Amino acid sequence: MNQHLMDSLQPAVTESTPSVEVGDTVRVHQRITEGRSERVQVFEGTVISRRGGIDAGATYTVRRIAAHGVAVERTYPLHSTNVLKVEVRRKSKVRRAQLYYLRSRQGKSARLKERIVSRK
Amino acid sequence: MKQILGRKVGMTQLFDAESGSAVQVTVIQAGPCRVTAVKNHAEHGYHAVQIGYEEVPARKLSGGERGHLTKAGLPALRHLREVRLGGPAEVGRGDEITVAAFAEGDKVDVTGVSKGKGFAGAVKRYGFAGGPKTHGQSDRHRAPGSRGAGTTPGHTFKGSRGPGRMGNDRTTLHNLRVVLVDAEKHLLAVKGAVPGPADGLVTIRGAVKV
Repeated sequence: MNQHLMDSLQPAVTESTPSVEVGDTVRVHQRITEGRSERVQVFEGTVISRRGGIDAGATYTVRRIAAHGVAVERTYPLHSTNVLKVEVRRKSKVRRAQLYYLRSRQGKSARLKERIVSRK
Repeated sequence: MKQILGRKVGMTQLFDAESGSAVQVTVIQAGPCRVTAVKNHAEHGYHAVQIGYEEVPARKLSGGERGHLTKAGLPALRHLREVRLGGPAEVGRGDEITVAAFAEGDKVDVTGVSKGKGFAGAVKRYGFAGGPKTHGQSDRHRAPGSRGAGTTPGHTFKGSRGPGRMGNDRTTLHNLRVVLVDAEKHLLAVKGAVPGPADGLVTIRGAVKV
């Protein structure tokens, strides 16, 4: 297999590529097309997983506690053109690559300790 | 005539510019091919063109192939394929065929030789259900079951499905959508999978069933 040719089709990591890390609290602005109308849906939650590095098929998973304490997880492709913007609101101290343990926790024990990052 | 030879590069995913949805694609490096011979009805009894792909050192070819190509003033090409045509050819010997013959959105047929699976059982080869996994079964989990009736007819019907060699067959997939054309790198990306391994030779032609 010609790896050079495959690499040349790899989506470039640009400024518009979201720089999310596991443990971040993010707001994902997603373009949603319904028939002819278009709107932007914002989904705010914690990044609990990142898969695939920066490959074409890379994804990240955002978990949010919605109404009535029901948790919703959405997985976005890292290079998706429908994700217009990802705001990182908070970074956390985490010791796992995937935070799946949060699924079995709620309330106080489901908190993450904030990591203060100096602004560049 | 819209036909080109190429090599499968691999699979990846691209995002559709309009809907933003991910499209799984196979990347093929195709061409440039050269028209190495033109056959016509008057002389040969049918219309066809012969196309060649992949330049190699001349010593890699047999004397016959080398003579055939050098007489036409063409470089040494590893693969030669004939394409039957309905009418007289619109191209001449020496003409170049590139991926520019295809456009994004075109439907194409892709032919290749599928990956060999060796001697495969009936479950893998024909999707037989196999036997029950439980209820005291032993050694029946992937068994093919009955081969047919008893004393009458007294033999297995020819062509009955069963275990045997699987794969390594010439396979054509119809009506794949061209998602990307990169004339500079001679790349095509078609939606979905394509027969054969990465680096396998494939033929791409405009779709015949529309």
